[in-house]
Amino acid sequence: MTTEHASGGHGGHSAADIDRHVRVYISVFVALMVLTVITVAVSYLDLATPMAVTVALLVALIKGGLVAGFFMHLVSEKKLIIAVLALTVAFFFVLLGLPVITHSNGFWIP
Amino acid sequence: MEIPYTVEERRDTGLTNGKIGIWLFLASEVMLFGALFASYILIRTGAPSWPRGDTILDVPLATFNTIVLITSSVTMVMAWASLMRRKFGTFRIYMGATILLGLVFLIVKYFEYSHHLHINEYPSTNNFLAIYYTLTGLHMLHVAGGMAVNAWFWGPGAKQWQTDPVWFTNRVEHSGLFWHFVDLVWIFLFPTLYLL
Repeated sequence: MTTEHASGGHGGHSAADIDRHVRVYISVFVALMVLTVITVAVSYLDLATPMAVTVALLVALIKGGLVAGFFMHLVSEKKLIIAVLALTVAFFFVLLGLPVITHSNGFWIP
Repeated sequence: MEIPYTVEERRDTGLTNGKIGIWLFLASEVMLFGALFASYILIRTGAPSWPRGDTILDVPLATFNTIVLITSSVTMVMAWASLMRRKFGTFRIYMGATILLGLVFLIVKYFEYSHHLHINEYPSTNNFLAIYYTLTGLHMLHVAGGMAVNAWFWGPGAKQWQTDPVWFTNRVEHSGLFWHFVDLVWIFLFPTLYLL
């Protein structure tokens, strides 16, 4: 076992790698703060509900993508993890789709 | 018996067991919160009228909590980066900050809940509050759970740094993945409950 670097699932990291990571974390942090301000500012615009929902979810998706991609290292993660998550996301959308099916004209639920 | 594949990666998965384990757990968490979000959509779209979150909830307080949680995600990842740089003292500072920020989040939530309960707004009052208490309550439990694990690694669990620094670093990374997930859930809870 080497004690030089933690394996962590994304290979060895040099000191320069970690420094680069840290710079990315700071940039992502700033982006998340700006997006939080945008989320709140947009809510004061009194947009129509469909537009407000679209904008709020879009900004939340971008923020979530930044957290998952960089803080959770998904941008450099192994394919198996990505595959597990892709399956999870697919079933997540099935779950979110259930209300839509329920409100349709008895297509699924009589 | 020694736990296998804590620091070296399995040939078949290319991952340590801890890494695949935490991601599978997080996948189950996605489905847990997914079911609750789906329930929220179902109840909201089926209701004849629904209040905007900002007419009932405290947006500035929730915005503050959003900033707190995002900041805690940064300190968490910096704690891991400190271990990767083999700077244990710095790790302790960042991990301590993460735990404290989690505590700040919970204290703010306590004041928020107290206010609602004080003016007789209970989960049984209406569907909006039922959804609000369920989703934020479950999320709060996750924050508390994450804090407990982080506190273990900051305190007694940190002894492992002396005996097996690579495994310890991996465990902190896994704990961090959970913490970031908690942040991720809040990123979606905040606009859907408070702003829409």
